[in-house]
Amino acid sequence: MTASIALTLTADLRYLLRIADTGLVHAQRLAEWCGHAPVLEEDIALANLGLDLLGQARALLAHAAKLEGSGHDEDALAFLRDERDYFNFTLVELPLRRGGADFADTQLRCLFVAAWLLPLWQGLGTSRDRDLAAIAGKAAKETRYHLAHAADWVVRLGDGSDESMRRMRAALARAWPYGAELFDDDEVDAAAAESGLGPRASALREPWLQTLRPVFADAQLTMPAASAFTSRGKRGVHSEHMGPLLAEMQSLQRAFPGGVW
Amino acid sequence: MTPVSAGSRVDAAWHALRNVPDPEVPALSVVDLGIVREVSEGDDGGLQVVLTPTYSGCPATEAIEADIRSALEREGLGPLQISYRLAPAWTTDWISAEGRRRLAEYGIAPPPEPGASVVHLIARNVACPRCRSAHTERLSVFGSTACKSLYRCLACREPFEFFKPI
Repeated sequence: MTASIALTLTADLRYLLRIADTGLVHAQRLAEWCGHAPVLEEDIALANLGLDLLGQARALLAHAAKLEGSGHDEDALAFLRDERDYFNFTLVELPLRRGGADFADTQLRCLFVAAWLLPLWQGLGTSRDRDLAAIAGKAAKETRYHLAHAADWVVRLGDGSDESMRRMRAALARAWPYGAELFDDDEVDAAAAESGLGPRASALREPWLQTLRPVFADAQLTMPAASAFTSRGKRGVHSEHMGPLLAEMQSLQRAFPGGVW
Repeated sequence: MTPVSAGSRVDAAWHALRNVPDPEVPALSVVDLGIVREVSEGDDGGLQVVLTPTYSGCPATEAIEADIRSALEREGLGPLQISYRLAPAWTTDWISAEGRRRLAEYGIAPPPEPGASVVHLIARNVACPRCRSAHTERLSVFGSTACKSLYRCLACREPFEFFKPI
């Protein structure tokens, strides 16, 4: 077994890893649908979304590895960290095909993430970090397609049959408490906003809600009340679902250290 | 090998690159696709090739780099360095007119002309590359590769792919 790597974590690095890890883990969950989606076109679409997200995460991790400066590459960052050193939102590590979650949870999560990523990429376009701005400029174009696709499905299911509506509403009730974390500021956000690295978490809340409101109206969904609970994945404190996810995601690199295609 | 002057070495490189096909859309060369942004000769005598990748997660990126390297080395144009430039981001506007023609010929509906109109994510009236009818419908925005959508023609009933604008 390859030993885990330990990173020297600066505020900048934490900020980058939160974005990179959210994309990486979201892509990992979407990949679980491969071969299982309700129709072939959607199977292909979810794999496409995952691939874009993985590509974005790879670019961010490669950049983070360079900034970190210990000689690790993006593969080491993706596959050889311990759970506490991943900084993705808890939302994206929750199961999509088990534990009562289904296709409605999947599309709603895609909507939540894309509606968060789009204003984030746009904000990062003017980052003092030119490499980060370049990655964001490219990713924003891809995220527009993701957002349109997820919004279509949320409306189709929410405003669909009695059964699809029931399931979309149940999915919203499950996901909503984990949405608060996306906009929860801490010292990493403050440092990023202060230094011109990128927007603080709370600055994305209003654009996110503006994107969601018309979709929810068309989907006959009511915006739930604010949640008293705030998950802490972005601080490295994860749910019970993260360990098994990492065990699967890291298994090849752990069993065959340095293995490449 | 006869030493070649800077101008002709760069010209020879562009010529060779026009014959390197995209591995996923072989009707297009990497030059038609618009991903080769710059070819120049560095101070150290190395040939510098600057690429802008298409999609963040495109698995063809590494294959393209390997193909470009072997094509240029085969022509005796090395040593060379291949580097990536992310900004400005690649856009389908960079696909050449020749590239658009070849896409249609190959059976893939080309993206709209650069600056043709506001880009709509859900493109309407995409002409069928087989029978030219605009009576077509989208089956899925996401297709067999990151850059293509699935469509079908309601006139000739054939399915086809559309190179989606980005």
